[in-house]
Amino acid sequence: MNLMMLLEMAAEGMGDRVGVVSGDTRLTYGEIFEASGRAAARLRSSDAEHLAILDISSPALPIAVFAAAWAGKPFVPLNYRLTGAELEALVGQITPAQLITENERVDSLAELAGLEVIGRDDYLAGARRAEAESLDREWSMDPDEIAILLFTSGTTGPPKAAVIRHKHLVSYILMSVEFMSADENDAALVCVPPYHIAGMAAIASSVYSGRRIVQLPNFTAESWLELARKEEITNAFVVPTMLARIVELLEGQGSADLPHLRALSYGGGKMPQSIIERALELFPETNFANAYGLTETSSTISILGPEDHRAAISSDDSRVRRRLVSVGQPLPSIEVEIRDGDGQALAANERGEIYVRGEQVSGEYLGKGSLVLEDGFFPTRDGGSLDEDGYLFIEGRIDDIIVRGGENISPGEIEDVLLEHEAVSDAAVVGLPDEQWGEKVVAAVVCKPDARATEAELQQWVKDRLRSSRTPESFEFWPELPYNETGKLLRRTVRARLMAG
Amino acid sequence: MAVLKAGTRLKSAVCNTEVMVVAAPKDEVDVSCGGAPLVALGGEAPGGGEIAEGAGEGTQIGKRYINEAGDLEILCTKPGEGSLASGGALLTIKGAKPLPSSD
Repeated sequence: MNLMMLLEMAAEGMGDRVGVVSGDTRLTYGEIFEASGRAAARLRSSDAEHLAILDISSPALPIAVFAAAWAGKPFVPLNYRLTGAELEALVGQITPAQLITENERVDSLAELAGLEVIGRDDYLAGARRAEAESLDREWSMDPDEIAILLFTSGTTGPPKAAVIRHKHLVSYILMSVEFMSADENDAALVCVPPYHIAGMAAIASSVYSGRRIVQLPNFTAESWLELARKEEITNAFVVPTMLARIVELLEGQGSADLPHLRALSYGGGKMPQSIIERALELFPETNFANAYGLTETSSTISILGPEDHRAAISSDDSRVRRRLVSVGQPLPSIEVEIRDGDGQALAANERGEIYVRGEQVSGEYLGKGSLVLEDGFFPTRDGGSLDEDGYLFIEGRIDDIIVRGGENISPGEIEDVLLEHEAVSDAAVVGLPDEQWGEKVVAAVVCKPDARATEAELQQWVKDRLRSSRTPESFEFWPELPYNETGKLLRRTVRARLMAG
Repeated sequence: MAVLKAGTRLKSAVCNTEVMVVAAPKDEVDVSCGGAPLVALGGEAPGGGEIAEGAGEGTQIGKRYINEAGDLEILCTKPGEGSLASGGALLTIKGAKPLPSSD
């Protein structure tokens, strides 16, 4: 059980099929295999213990992922926006390492101790050189070896490295994808960055299904639509902020004019109901899937599939309609339980913490060990509930829950109510320290263009729908909320700005 | 006969077939290809063997093969001429249950 098995099978079973498209570069699975072998030899002959990449998506990415697996070293995709002390802190955890980066950054990064820095173009030229030579076809088959170290986004604290072993990612692929199940013309548009688990999962599942990856390194709604039309994209994954921008751009055009786009999946954050409803109208022929997963679970563990979307949007039953904002049902290979603060399992529709069990679940952090419990379940620190039919609803991070006078208040619930107000386009609710109550509920709100709302009006709006203890004591009106580049709300930043008043 | 573990890689002793164990019973089980017991992928195959009669239907890359009890599942990672069998019966191809693509 090693990632290399996936690539070896792809090279064996469909070696002439194009696997990756990046700008004008097109690589077949056979070419990716050979290039990975050469890059692996380069890695093996160095002192490096990790192979890191600090770069946008490029053909070097899949080659490096498999070169690391081939050489038996962990692959570490780093956030290319990091600089200075933040970057040094992460690099310090993985040296000695080979690091691939954009050509312009080679000289400045070469000053960091313990790094062999290689420019992207050099790396590709070395891996793709044409001479025939025999590749060393030996690689480890130990399923317990580390495949990927992925520094999690750290919206609630400093980044820590999630450990994903070969058995986790390969289990996920074998449980969710059939080999060579994609049509020769299928193409997946990948616009998430390499350091996002969805970016890593996309490479593994594309290689195994035979669906070529088309890379879009710098997302804009315009470039996404242009590339989707040019490459006749059939499948795509976006985070909620990306879909919001695409919907915004298409507004007024009536239809998206993407006749080849069969499947559009989204995940990586909370999708506002208004966005998904508009998207369903703009893409009437497209199958939508909402995927929920964590870095620590090797990507997707629960999916709201196309049928669920259609049933929800066309239903008059509020219970069914509500499922449009759920993440669907767990994969067949995954078990989900909702447990209370004492670890006791809760009944349907009761809210608690999401626990998950399955072979793809790693639940481990570098230097901190595994958080998986003796019974095999991993506490995700996400709050949520399961309805009577097993649909999973996510309510945000447990650590974000506001405790006011002993009452646990989920910010997501209040945010949902605020988003239903006609003047509100975005909302963040956080708890701030309070002498009397321990914490008080405070909101930052973004109004729609040309719309206005007053604090008193929004307070009344929440009070009418939730109880008064959940009504924010004060509101601030901001032009926009702070998100990280993969669409996660930065609650730390919201809290700090509200504290500063 | 051997106790198999999920993730174990094996190969045919008489053809090009290579496999990975996806699921296996707790107890010992025999798995053969082309009529001869599978051997460890890194190991040496005993030379000179031939595909037995009635065991030459071939294996297909990427297909999952299961026994009748459903507790043995073998993924073909490289195709060959022999057919996979266990407990005296040929393994059959497991039907795919496609999930919506999510990444």
